[in-house]
Order: sequence, then C-alpha cells, then structure tokens
Amino acid sequence: MTKIADAFNGKKAFIPFITGGDPDLDTTKELIIAMQDAGADLIEIGVPFSDPLAEGPVIQEADERALDAGFTTDRLFDMVGSLKGEMRIPLVFMTYINPVFSYGTDKFLDRCVKAGICGIIVPDVPYEEKDEIAGSCREHGIELVSMIAPTSKDRIREIASDAEGFLYCVSSLGVTGVRSEITTDVGAMIALAKEVTDIPCAVGFGISTPAQAYEMAKLSDGAIVGSAIVRIIAEHKRDSKRYVYDYVRSMKEAVDRAYNEQYH
Amino acid sequence: MEKKGRFGPYGGQYITETLMNAVMELEEAYEHYKNDEGFKEELKALYRDYAGRPSMLTYAEHMTEDLKGAKIYLKREDLNHTGSHKINNCLGQILLAKKMGKKRIIAETGAGQHGVATATVCALLGMECEVFMGELDTQRQALNVYRMELLGAKVHPVDSGTKSLKDAVNETMREWTKRIEDTHYCIGSVMGPHPFPEMVRDFQKIIGIEIKEQMKKAEGRLPDAVIACVGGGSNAMGAFYDFIGDKEVRLIGCEAAGEGADTPRTAATIATGREGIFHGMKSLFCQDEFGQIAPVYSISAGLDYPGIGPEHAELYRSGRAEYVPVTDEEAVRAFEYLSAKEGIIPAIESAHAVAYAMKLAPSMDKDKIIVVNISGRGDKDVAAIARYRGRDLHD
Repeated sequence: MTKIADAFNGKKAFIPFITGGDPDLDTTKELIIAMQDAGADLIEIGVPFSDPLAEGPVIQEADERALDAGFTTDRLFDMVGSLKGEMRIPLVFMTYINPVFSYGTDKFLDRCVKAGICGIIVPDVPYEEKDEIAGSCREHGIELVSMIAPTSKDRIREIASDAEGFLYCVSSLGVTGVRSEITTDVGAMIALAKEVTDIPCAVGFGISTPAQAYEMAKLSDGAIVGSAIVRIIAEHKRDSKRYVYDYVRSMKEAVDRAYNEQYH
Repeated sequence: MEKKGRFGPYGGQYITETLMNAVMELEEAYEHYKNDEGFKEELKALYRDYAGRPSMLTYAEHMTEDLKGAKIYLKREDLNHTGSHKINNCLGQILLAKKMGKKRIIAETGAGQHGVATATVCALLGMECEVFMGELDTQRQALNVYRMELLGAKVHPVDSGTKSLKDAVNETMREWTKRIEDTHYCIGSVMGPHPFPEMVRDFQKIIGIEIKEQMKKAEGRLPDAVIACVGGGSNAMGAFYDFIGDKEVRLIGCEAAGEGADTPRTAATIATGREGIFHGMKSLFCQDEFGQIAPVYSISAGLDYPGIGPEHAELYRSGRAEYVPVTDEEAVRAFEYLSAKEGIIPAIESAHAVAYAMKLAPSMDKDKIIVVNISGRGDKDVAAIARYRGRDLHD
C-alpha cells in the first residue's frame, strides 16, 4: 500500500491532476498509467462536481464534460479499483465536500480505501470545518490534505502544524488555471509552514510550464499541475495519451532538476 | 458545545482557505458594528430617509371579503426604495463594508432585485459595483440589467452551468477569491458561509419587528400566521425572525414548485431536497444521489435556487416553521388576483406567498389574521407574465 510520503521520498514530487471521467473513465485510466510511466510521483484525480467553486473555466468545463458523459462516483470507484496492482505511486482524490457528504462520508472513505486511494483534498472544507471529515478520514486511514493560501497569513502555522500527507500551498489568489506569472511570495509561505511541520509542501495553482515547475519546486517539495493537463485532454480527447505523457515527462524533468541542484 | 455560525446542524463556513481570512474579518467587523450606536443610528436614518421605512401594513379588504376567511394584511416591502426588501440588507452590508475600508462591492443577482438594490446603495455610498447575473436571467430581466448599468454598476452575464442564480453565486465567489483586499461580497440572501446567514437576517429582521408593532396598532394582537416566499429565504427570515418566540404564530414559507414539486422542473428545496454542503453552508439542497447540485426551475428568477438558508433548514427541522410548494400556475394566478383585487402588483416571487394565503385564508375563521409579506413589486415581471399568458409585449 502506497502512502503520500512515498511521493516525496528522496525526490521532489511532480503531481499531475486530471478530472475523472473526462472525456470518459477508460481514457482517465489510460492517462493515469501513462502519467505514472512518465514519472508522476503522485496523481490527483478530480471528482467532477456540478459547481466546482475553486476552479477556473478549464476544469469547470472538464467537470461538465465528465458529468454529461454519464460520470458517477460509483463508476469512478470501480475504475480506480481496477488500477490496483498497476499503481506504484499514491493516488489522491480532489473533491468538493458535497459529493462526499451526500454519498455518506464513511461509505465514501470506505470505498476510497478499497479502491486504493490514500488521501483526499477537499478545498471547501477549511481548517475550521475539518471536523466534518477529519475523524472519519483518520478511522479509514485516509490522509486529509490541508491547504494554505496567499491570504492565510497567521493561519499558516495553525494549519501546517495539524497537516498530514502533504501541505497544499495555493500559489495565487483566484481559481485554478494557467497563469503567466506567479507573484506571491511562495517561499515565505513555505518557510512559515516549515517552522511548524516536517511534512512536504507542494505548490499548485497557475503552474503550466517546466520553467514555472522548476521555480516552484526550488521553493518547495513539489509542483502540482491541473489546468494545463486538462487543457491537453480537452484538445486531444481520447487520443491524449502521447501528449500527456510527453508533457508530464518534461515537467518531471524540471522538478528533478530543482532537486538535483539543491541536493547534489 | 454549539459551533460558531450554526443553526442546529446547519450553517458553518465551508469555503476555500483563500476566503477564510476575509470571512473572519467580516465576522469581526460585524460583531463590532452591530452593537455600535453610531452605526445603528446611521443605518436607521438610511432606512427611514432613503429606503422609506417603515414600510406600510395594508389591510387587504377585498381579498379578505372575497376569500371569506381569515383577515389578510399585506406587509408592503414592495413600497421600499428599489421596490423590494433587498434594500434593507444592502444598506446594512454596504455601510458595513464601507466602515471596513472596502472600495468595491460584488454581488450575485437572480431576478435583479438584489443587483438593483446593491447598485443603488453603491451609487449612494460611493462604492464601485459589479453584479454577476445568470445569462438566462439577464434575458428574463433585461430591464433590471439596464437599471443596474444606469446606477453605475457593471453587469457580468454568467454563462457557466445552468446560467441562473446558483451559477451567479458561483461566479461571484470565484471573483471574490481573485480580489479580496478591497472587495466585499454583498450576498443577497440568508445563505453562504457564516456570518452571512446571521448578518443578512439581522438586516432583514426589521420586517418582522415592524409587522409586530403595526399589527398591535391595527388589531391589538399578534397575527395567527405570517406567510412569505422562500428562495434563499431572506424576506421570509426577516418576516419570521421576531415571531420565532411567539409559538402561537404560524410561520409559513412558500417555495417555488415550478411545474410541480413532483416534476424535475421545480425549485422546491424543502419538498424535494436533502442535506448537503454547498455555497459555504450545510443546509438542504436539490441534488442527485451523488451530490451533484440539481438544475432547478421556477418562473421566478429570484426563487430559482437549489438551496435554502441554513436557519430555514433548522426552522423546518425543529418544526417551528412550515414550508409549502407553490407552482408557477398558482403564483401567476395570485399575481393577477392581487393586481385586480387590491391594485397591488406583487413581484412574482411574492405572488407565491399570496397564492398560499389564498388557499389558507378560506380554511380559517374570520377572527383569524394572516400577514403576507409582499417582498417586492411586480413591475419587473409584467412582460414575463404576459409571455406566460401567451402575449408578447414590446417594450
């Protein structure tokens, strides 16, 4: 059984995100394997939601495509479960709280465990509402990933000291999506977190180029990329495998470069 | 121990980390100003001199005679400046935002009543204003779009999702995460993360307080029932709140059933929804078995929302308030009925409450009293109702 920590063991992590079921679950499965082969260290699978409040247009549209194509949570669990035995890297879900709560939090987490999911990221459950799922996550051995944002300020220490798995550092204000520039002082955010926690910090939101991945990985323990990959899938649909593989490979190389420069 | 911002199991602060500090800053400011005499006086003066409060309580003589049952009074929020109860909340929130040093107000709107009220108060208090409105609603309520622009607001049509109120809320929340420092999100109903449900209710509870005073003057007693329409539920919460402790007063919320609560073309959350967590709150929502928020429908753009404020969810759970579904057809008939009978054209939202009063009154004795909250005026709806009746009006 893999753990989130494996993704950061002796390396910086490249963490790709894809929306489950976009354009269909068979393609998602194929892409998860391709991304693993291309060097992804941990994969975030997005659970499509009708109203993804933290997402920009690229992932919103992916969610819509998946739902229109008949996505259901049950089918996603079946697909992820069928990957067991093929996965050498940890898988986490990125989901809004309603699909979890509405499914039944314990039932949802139980199916996560059976499917081999080792963590969940729930952007609309902040620190103050953690009790909604934290106890159930602990019981099921699912790591609940916490997020810090540029607006978190004094909250960073509090959130980080309680964090598990990895700390998701949101690079910029606003929703997910490709940005030409990241202007937040990400280094300072991470320094603050590192004062109180030993768990790895990975940076997400706005990263799309190898140069950005390299910059962010230099400041942290890993880079998370969603919209840039989802955009490739939107363009190439069922034939995305080769493009996604090449992209993930180039991003992983950039993250490795940041690691090698720092530690060798 | 009861958690902060909870109404029984409902409420809470289910929002992204990026917004947490903004919401906490708002909570702190609200806790301070709600007890600040200067703030209270300033708001009272705006209610009186700008909004035209207190709004009247009108005895609906012809309606009462015609229905041959309980006496019916109408609380005339339609007579407020901008034509609805929404101004109460906007004056409160935007005055507060100004005290907090905010320069820019963003808001969602369904029918446009909240958008117009927001744009109006921004004009008055010198704030920048941007309103997000579902693309479908900008078509249904084109006049209100122009009205907002006239008032100096920028209107953004929202073309994501179902292109209506829920999506307008999504887009306004997304906009808030992009620009927080100088911006306040003026939520239009008793919904969203804490402190919004409580704060909006406090700014609207003037409705119920006035009803109580006016009723005592007119009849020397409390009414037997207070009826109001419910989308997110701000006019109902405002009308109900002061009566919650008066157990003998029935509180009745009227939901938009659209084509019927037993059809998919409905927005009746209590009749068809179940517990969920969305738009910052735990409450009741129309959703499918996997928690995907359902597309909802009502003739009324203002009630076309798949959830309900958390305090209503709790009033329902505890049995203190009742909630009934009212169809498009019933609401349109009530719209026409009140216009012809009393010379008052209610908003199609408020017509849902009128419709239920028309059902309830005949079953009650003549010495009983019903108050119907006319949350807004219906000028904005005339063209849509004509269309519903098969007549295409040209503006």
